[in-house]
Amino acid sequence: MSNQTQDMNQKNGKLVIKLVAIVFGMFGFAFALVPLYEVFCEITGINGKTSDTAAVYEAVEVDRSRVITVEFITRTNTGMPWEFTAQTRKIEVYPGEMNQVDFYVKNSTAKDYVAQAIPSVSPGTAALYVNKTECFCFNHQPLKAGEEALMPMKFYIDPQLPKDIKFFTLQYTLYDVTASAQVVAMNQG
Amino acid sequence: MKKIWSGAMTILTSIIAFSAFADSGTAVDQYQLNLRKGVTDISAEVYDLHMLMFIICVVIGLLVFAAMFWSMFFHRKSRGVKPANFHESVKVEIAWTIIPFIILIVMAFPAAKTLIAMEDSSNPDVTVLVTGSQWKWHYKYMENDVEFFSVMATQQEQINNKFDKGENYLLEVDRPLVIPTGQKVRFLVTSDDVIHSWWVPDFAVKKDANPGFINEAWTRVNEPGIYRGQCAELCGKDHGFMPVVVVAKDPAEYNAWIAEQEEMQRKAKEEEQRLLAMNMSMDELMTIGEQVYLRACAACHQPNGQGLPGVFPSLVGTDMIKNDMPGHIDIVVNGKTGTAMQAFSKQLTMSEIAAVVTYERNAWGNNTGEMVQAKDINAVMTGQ
Amino acid sequence: MSTATTELDHDDHHHGAPSGIKRWLYTTNHKDIGTLYLWFAFIMFLVGGAMAMVIRAELFQPGLQIVDPNFFNQMTTVHGLIMVFGAVMPAFTGLANWLVPMMIGAPDMALPRMNNWSFWILPGAFTILLASLFMEGGGPAFGWTFYAPLSTTYSNDTTALFVFSVHIMGISSIMGAINVIVTIFNMRAPGMTWMKMPLFVWTWLITAFLLIAVMPVLAGAVTMVLTDKYFGTSFFDAAGGGDPVMFQHIFWFFGHPEVYIMILPAFGIISAIIPTFSRKKLFGYASMVYATTSIALLSFIVWAHHMFTTGMPVEAELFFMFATMLISVPTGVKVFNWVATMWRGSMTFEVPMLFALAFIVLFTIGGLSGLMLAIVPVDFQYHDTYFVVAHFHYVLVTGAIFSIMAAVYYWLPKWTGKMFDVTLAKWHFWCSLISVNVLFFPMHFVGLAGMPRRIPDYALQFADFNKWISLGGFAFGLSQLIFLALLIKACRKQGEPVSAQVWDGAEGLEWEIPSPAPYHTFDTPPVVK
Repeated sequence: MSNQTQDMNQKNGKLVIKLVAIVFGMFGFAFALVPLYEVFCEITGINGKTSDTAAVYEAVEVDRSRVITVEFITRTNTGMPWEFTAQTRKIEVYPGEMNQVDFYVKNSTAKDYVAQAIPSVSPGTAALYVNKTECFCFNHQPLKAGEEALMPMKFYIDPQLPKDIKFFTLQYTLYDVTASAQVVAMNQG
Repeated sequence: MKKIWSGAMTILTSIIAFSAFADSGTAVDQYQLNLRKGVTDISAEVYDLHMLMFIICVVIGLLVFAAMFWSMFFHRKSRGVKPANFHESVKVEIAWTIIPFIILIVMAFPAAKTLIAMEDSSNPDVTVLVTGSQWKWHYKYMENDVEFFSVMATQQEQINNKFDKGENYLLEVDRPLVIPTGQKVRFLVTSDDVIHSWWVPDFAVKKDANPGFINEAWTRVNEPGIYRGQCAELCGKDHGFMPVVVVAKDPAEYNAWIAEQEEMQRKAKEEEQRLLAMNMSMDELMTIGEQVYLRACAACHQPNGQGLPGVFPSLVGTDMIKNDMPGHIDIVVNGKTGTAMQAFSKQLTMSEIAAVVTYERNAWGNNTGEMVQAKDINAVMTGQ
Repeated sequence: MSTATTELDHDDHHHGAPSGIKRWLYTTNHKDIGTLYLWFAFIMFLVGGAMAMVIRAELFQPGLQIVDPNFFNQMTTVHGLIMVFGAVMPAFTGLANWLVPMMIGAPDMALPRMNNWSFWILPGAFTILLASLFMEGGGPAFGWTFYAPLSTTYSNDTTALFVFSVHIMGISSIMGAINVIVTIFNMRAPGMTWMKMPLFVWTWLITAFLLIAVMPVLAGAVTMVLTDKYFGTSFFDAAGGGDPVMFQHIFWFFGHPEVYIMILPAFGIISAIIPTFSRKKLFGYASMVYATTSIALLSFIVWAHHMFTTGMPVEAELFFMFATMLISVPTGVKVFNWVATMWRGSMTFEVPMLFALAFIVLFTIGGLSGLMLAIVPVDFQYHDTYFVVAHFHYVLVTGAIFSIMAAVYYWLPKWTGKMFDVTLAKWHFWCSLISVNVLFFPMHFVGLAGMPRRIPDYALQFADFNKWISLGGFAFGLSQLIFLALLIKACRKQGEPVSAQVWDGAEGLEWEIPSPAPYHTFDTPPVVK
C-alpha cells in the first residue's frame, strides 16, 4: 500500500512539474507576444506602423505605370504645444521613386521640449511598402524654447505595393517625451 | 406538465413576436426593436445581411426547439413511453456536422462581399479627421481650413432630473459635423488620450479611435438629415455623454456652410488678436470664467472645484493655485502629458483661458485676488 | 511530492471530519473544499448580483438618480470581475472538487494540500478587490476587460490593487486546474479508461488545460498594465513606441478561451443530466468528446472577433470571421446530441432536468446571437451595444449559471443524503426562468436600436425597455434568495432521505456510493467494467 502511494506521489510530482513548466512557459509567452505582435505587424501591417529603422534605396525599379497618392496628416498630442505641419499635404508618386517631404516644427513656448513622432498608416497594409531612408521619426527631436526647424522625411514606395492600393494616408503624431528623454540622458551621462 | 408547456410557449411566442416586429421596427420608431436600415447603400446592405442572419438563426432555433419540445411532449414517462436504445449514429453525426457547415458558407459569402466594400475608402470627395478625447469629438476638414470641437449640449440640469428632458436628450451637441450628401466622405479616426469609438448607426460606421494610430471609415449619405450616434468604447467617467451628431446637407448647402465656417474661423482669429490688447475687469473675468469652467472643466474637477479624490485632483487651496500662476496657465494651455488633463489652447480662446484661470484662482475660497488677461496667455503660448 | 505523501497517509488513518472552524481552514478533503468553493461562489454571486442591482436601479429610468458615472463604471467593472472570477469559475472548481474524484473512483484529489491553498487565497483576492471600492479614488472603473490606456495612464491610484487581486485569482485557478489534471491523469480507478470517463470529467480536463494555457497570459497582461502605469514601460503607450491595440490582442488571447472555460464544464453537466432524466444513454458520447476538444482548440484562433472595430486589415477580419463561424459547428453538434438523447427517451421533469432544458433553449439563443455577432459587417453595428450584453448574459447566466444550478440540484441529494425542498426548488426555477428572460431578452432590442453598453444614462427612446429590463433584474435577484433559503435548509439536513442512486435513471460511480456520500470514498479503488 505505502509503496503504491510512493509510486503515485512520484507520478503526481512529475506531472505537476510538467504542468508548472507549461504555466511558466505561457506566462513568458504573454511577454513574447509583444515582440511576436511586432513581427506579425511587420509581416501583415495589422497596426499600420511603418518600420522604425532606415531603409536602403538601391536597385529599385521605378514603376511608372501607376500613380500613388500619399496624404500627410500631422497632429500634436495633449501636452505637446509645438506647431507641426507638413509642407506638402498630398503628393502623387510613382512606386519605386525617391521622394522627400519636409515637416515644419516650431516650439513657440518658453520651455525646451523633446518630441517623438509616431507614424501611422491607413490602410495598414500600405505601411509595409513605405520605405523610409531618412525620417525624423527614427529619433527624439529636441527643440529649445523659441526654436523652429524643418525636418525631412525621405521615402520610396515599394513597387510590390498591391495594385488595389492607390491612395494612403500617413499620419504623424507628435508626443512630448521630455521627461523620459531626460531620464535616458541622465542614465547615459 | 402544463407549466412546462406554457413556459415553452412563452419563449416561442417571444421569438415569433420578435421576428414579426422586426419588419415594422422602423415604422414604430418609439419602440424600435430592430437594427435600422440607415441612409446609405452600405447600411442597407448591412441591414439585409442582419435580417438574413436573423432569419437563418430563427429557423435553426425553431427546428431544434421543435424537436426538443416534441420529445418533451410525446416521449414522456408519464405517457408510458419505454426508452429507445440507440445512442450512436455515424451517419446522423456526419449530417449535422456537414449541413451547418454548408449553411455557414452560404452566410459567409455576402458577408465577405459587404465587408470588402465597407473597407474600401479610396477616392474620397471629402476627408474629415475625427479625434476623440475625454469626452468630446474634434472634427477637422482636411480640404478646408475648418476645425472645431463638438461637445454634448444636454444641460446638466436635465441629467440631474431638475429640468424636463428634451427630445434629443444626450444625443445633441453644440456643433454637429456637417457633410455633403451624395459624396464619398472619408473619416480618419484617431484619439488624443484613451480609446474611443466613433459610431453613427444610420451610416453603419463604427471605428475605434486609437491614440497614436489612425483608422479609416467612409460613408456616402443618400438623404439629407440629422443623424445621431454615440461613443461606443468605454472611455472613462463621461463615456455615456459623448454623442456624435452628423448633419448631411446637399452639396450646394454644404459648400455654402463650409465657406461660412472658414470665414467665421478667420474672423475669430482676428477678434482674438484684437482682444489681446484689451483688459477685462475682475467681474467680467469671473462671469465668463465660471461659464467656461462649467462647460470645460467641471466634468473632472467638479463644479465645486474639489475634483474626485484619487481620480481627478482638487483645485481648492493647492500649491499651484496659491503660488504658481505660470504653472497654472501652462497646464491649462498645454495640458499634462500622460494624464487626463488636456491642452485647452486648441479648445478655448485666449480670453476664455484667461477668464477660467482667473476664476479658478478666485472661486471656492481660493481668493488669491490675481487676475489673468488674454495677453498673459498669449505670452505663454508664444514664449514671450 | 512529500506534502502529498503526508496528506494521503494522514487521510488513511483518520476517518470522519474534525469539527469547528479548523475543519474548514485546514481541510484537505475534496468534499469539504468543494463545499467551500461552492459557498464562496454563491456568496460572490450574491455580491456581484447586488452590484448588478445598483446598475439596473440607475438604469431604471433616464437621468442620473442613484450613483455618479464614475461609481457606475466601478460597478460594471467589479460586477464583471466578480461574476467571472468569483462566481462562475469557483463554482465549477467546487463541482470539480466534489465530483471528479467520485466519478473516476479516486479517494481524493491528487494534491490535497495545494487544493486547500488554491481555495483559501481566493477570499483574500476578493477582499482586496472589494476593499478598493472603499478607498480614495474608488475601485477599478475601466471595465472588466481593462483596456489600455484607460487602465494604465488614465486609471486611478488603486489599479495596483486590482492587478494584485487578479494575480491571486489567476494563481488560484491555475492551482485548481493543475490539481484536476493530475487527478484525472493519475487517479482513475482500474478500468476507467479515457473513453469511459463521464463527460463532466472530460470537459473539466479540457477546461483545466485551457486554464493553465491562458491564465498565465492574463497574468502577463495585468503585469504589463502594472509596469506601464507605475514603472514607466510603454507596452501600450503609443508615445513610447507601444500599441494600445496590442493590449486587446493579448487580453483576448486569454479572454476567448476564458469564455470556453466558463462553458465547457456546463456542457459536461448537461450531458450528465439529460440522459438521467431521459432514461437513455447519451447520444454520440465520442462525438461529444471530439466536439469539446475542437471547441477548445478553435478558441485559440478566434480572439480578434472581439476587436473587429479596432481597424484590422480586411484579410484579418475575414479570417477571424470564418474561424468564429466554424466554432458554431461543434457547438451545434453538442446541442443536436442532447436533443437526440431526449428523442424517444422516457422523460421526467425533475428540477435538475428543468434547469438543463432551460439551459439548452436559452444557451442556444445565446449561441445563435453569437453567430450573428461573428459576421463582421453587422458586428460593426452590434459591437459594444446591449446586443452584445444580451448575448453574453444568455450564454453566461442562462448558460453557465443555469448549468451550475442544475448541477447543484442534481448532486445535492448525494451530498446531503436528503432530498431538497422540491416546492422551493420549483419556485426558484420558474421565477428565475421568467425573470431572466424579462431581464435579458429586451436587451437584444435596445442593443439593435443603438444603445451602447457601459453607459450610466441613455437617450429617451430606450426608456421603456430599460424599465422592463430593470424590473426583470430585480425579480431575478430576488429569485436567488429562494435558492439561498433552499440551500440553508439542505445544509441543515432537512428533507426526505434518498437512496444511493437518488434519481432512477442516474448512472455512474458517484451514484453507487451511499447517500450522503461518506467523508472518505473509494479508499479502495472500485473496478470499472
